[in-house]
Amino acid sequence: MDQLALLVAATLNSGTVLALAGLGLLINERAGIVNLGAEGMMLVAAVAGFATAVHTGNEALAFGAGAAAGAVLAAAFGVLVIWLNTNQYATGLALSLFGAGLSAFVGIRYTQEKLGEQRSFSIPGLADLPFVGPALFRQHPMVYLAIAATIAIAWFLYRSRAGLVLRAVGESPESAHALGYPVRRIRLAAVVFGGALCGVAGAYVSVVHTHLWVEGMIAGKGWIALALTTFATWRPARVLLGAYLFGGVTMLQLQLQARQGCSDDFFWGALCRAMQLSSEFLTMLPYLATILVLVLISRNASFIRINMPASIGKPFFPG
Amino acid sequence: MTRLSKRSFVQLAGGCSFAVLALLAGCSKEEKTTTTTAPAGTTTTTTTTTATTSMAASAPAAPATGPLKVAFAYVGPVGDGGWTFAHDNARKALEKELGARIQTTFVEKVPEAADAERVFRDMASQGNKLIFGTTFGYMEPMLKVAADLPDVKFEHATGYKQAPNMRTYDSRTYEGAYMVGIIAGAMTKTNTLGVVGSVPIPEVVRNINSFTMGAQSVNPNVKTKVIWINEWINPPKEGDAAQALINGGADVLMQNTDSSAVLQTAGKAGKYAFGWDSDMTAYAPNAHLASAVINWAPYYIKATREALDGSWKGGGHTWWGVKEGAIDIVSISEKVPADVKAKVDVVKAGLKDGSFVIWKGPIASNDGKEMLAAGTNADDKFMSGINFFVKGVEGKVPGGDKK
Repeated sequence: MDQLALLVAATLNSGTVLALAGLGLLINERAGIVNLGAEGMMLVAAVAGFATAVHTGNEALAFGAGAAAGAVLAAAFGVLVIWLNTNQYATGLALSLFGAGLSAFVGIRYTQEKLGEQRSFSIPGLADLPFVGPALFRQHPMVYLAIAATIAIAWFLYRSRAGLVLRAVGESPESAHALGYPVRRIRLAAVVFGGALCGVAGAYVSVVHTHLWVEGMIAGKGWIALALTTFATWRPARVLLGAYLFGGVTMLQLQLQARQGCSDDFFWGALCRAMQLSSEFLTMLPYLATILVLVLISRNASFIRINMPASIGKPFFPG
Repeated sequence: MTRLSKRSFVQLAGGCSFAVLALLAGCSKEEKTTTTTAPAGTTTTTTTTTATTSMAASAPAAPATGPLKVAFAYVGPVGDGGWTFAHDNARKALEKELGARIQTTFVEKVPEAADAERVFRDMASQGNKLIFGTTFGYMEPMLKVAADLPDVKFEHATGYKQAPNMRTYDSRTYEGAYMVGIIAGAMTKTNTLGVVGSVPIPEVVRNINSFTMGAQSVNPNVKTKVIWINEWINPPKEGDAAQALINGGADVLMQNTDSSAVLQTAGKAGKYAFGWDSDMTAYAPNAHLASAVINWAPYYIKATREALDGSWKGGGHTWWGVKEGAIDIVSISEKVPADVKAKVDVVKAGLKDGSFVIWKGPIASNDGKEMLAAGTNADDKFMSGINFFVKGVEGKVPGGDKK
């Protein structure tokens, strides 16, 4: 049971990055903008967050710097695609490459830097409960903030007037424009917010998850978050679920490798014996499982049609 | 109409400038370090002769007295603090040693794929006459380029295929693994060690085995858990794998990956770990027990000297260890008891004078088969084909069943 608790804890930790980035991209896409630059924004945010943490030692400031870095890059992207109507996909790819290069360039002097010892977190009272304590209540605050953000974004999109306007902009910018909403400014706000969330995710990787900066360290998480948003049919709760699923299966396959002995333990033993497979197969598992589950839950074509923002990826020319 | 076309022009310009910026950022990574060219006359006569012979096939316009151009292709960023960092330190040492007689350049993050071939050709076309490729995956691309460019000398790290103008070199990293293993065996309380493995190739399997054998030499009860991440560098994944090992009960970790993430994860969890390839003390001073380091400088200096004086010969493999100063254990923590340190020193001295052999029979695999008979020392052929785990390591080598 201890093992299971540790697995849950590790899952929450490793799924948080994908959840934050996925939620940011979801807001973008709900407003009709696809930002393929997620990986680049996360890399720049990772180095910005890490540098801030090195110089100030303050984690909150580091997250702020990460969010700001993501927001600035996203704003540049937004101006290009929203006002100048450049191709969203090409511009996003350029942003991704630019971010990778820029972060490597800025990061040269931070590769050998280190942060102080990390604090451990626990929620008083709850953290000492058997099983659920170590599994759920000894996480970094950002893990809980990601869950809160999911709820807040779901409420915003489906329960608030501003969310309705945002979705209208993503569905039919012409109609929103005709009703007098500033479509371009709303889209820019969505893009900047999405960039900021991707930035927080990037800073989480360097400041909390690994505690170091190495060039290219996001290692594809931005792309996975992009795919996740689509497979989750642009629903916040599903993005969170998909992120935890991906994180969970990643951690599960690592833990399975660590217990190759196949103990007599009921849960682990059975799982382990069922999967005495090559590590290459296990490495593939998170991608496979996430795609499979998300495709299964959203196999209903009309459901996808309802949820997919109708104007996604298309430029908007007012009048 | 005019307004529209003006607008589309602005769009185009905007898009282009972004793309150009991205390209610029991409290019800026190909940094070049160049030593200042020596004033004429300082180059020795031997240089002149080699230069003329090797230049004969290519551009005749190049001055024969110019420095030898040496290029390095790295798999990771020079700032990885591990494998590539060690290679780049050796490159700097080489520049310092040979000064104006050579000129070195490097390209980082060259993928282990067809792209490497392009980089090698590019290096050769820029006049580099001695090219070092520092990772296993460059073997085939380098072989291909070497066949096309007979006047360029190729050096490939950790590979096993040679050509008339291509040879291979390696370090006995397993000697470092054995020495840190001694410390691991002495320091573990749970008798469980963990290794984060990169890619299941003989080199890495040999290191995991040697680490375990080192630990067993002081603590026969240890067992080693292994997690493969199937990548050389991916810090978040390395850290996750280390966490999974700790969750599985391991309290001293080792890694054969290229970043310091495993050490830092151990630090976070209050466990122990080692530095690998480079000294990693500063990343997690409390968790760091010692660093097994590679010093590539002696070989780089020897190979470049040979290229300079014309004695460089293709084919053949150089495999250096503690004896030649290529492998060492450094920054042993104060937490390690003096008697354990003394044991490490004995082994180090034995490796240095050749009196101690790590891979000496009897050695059995973890499924009980005898792999090396009692009393025999493993030869280099045996060493380069190890695809089994020794007794004490859990699990089996992925793909190790087929020969």
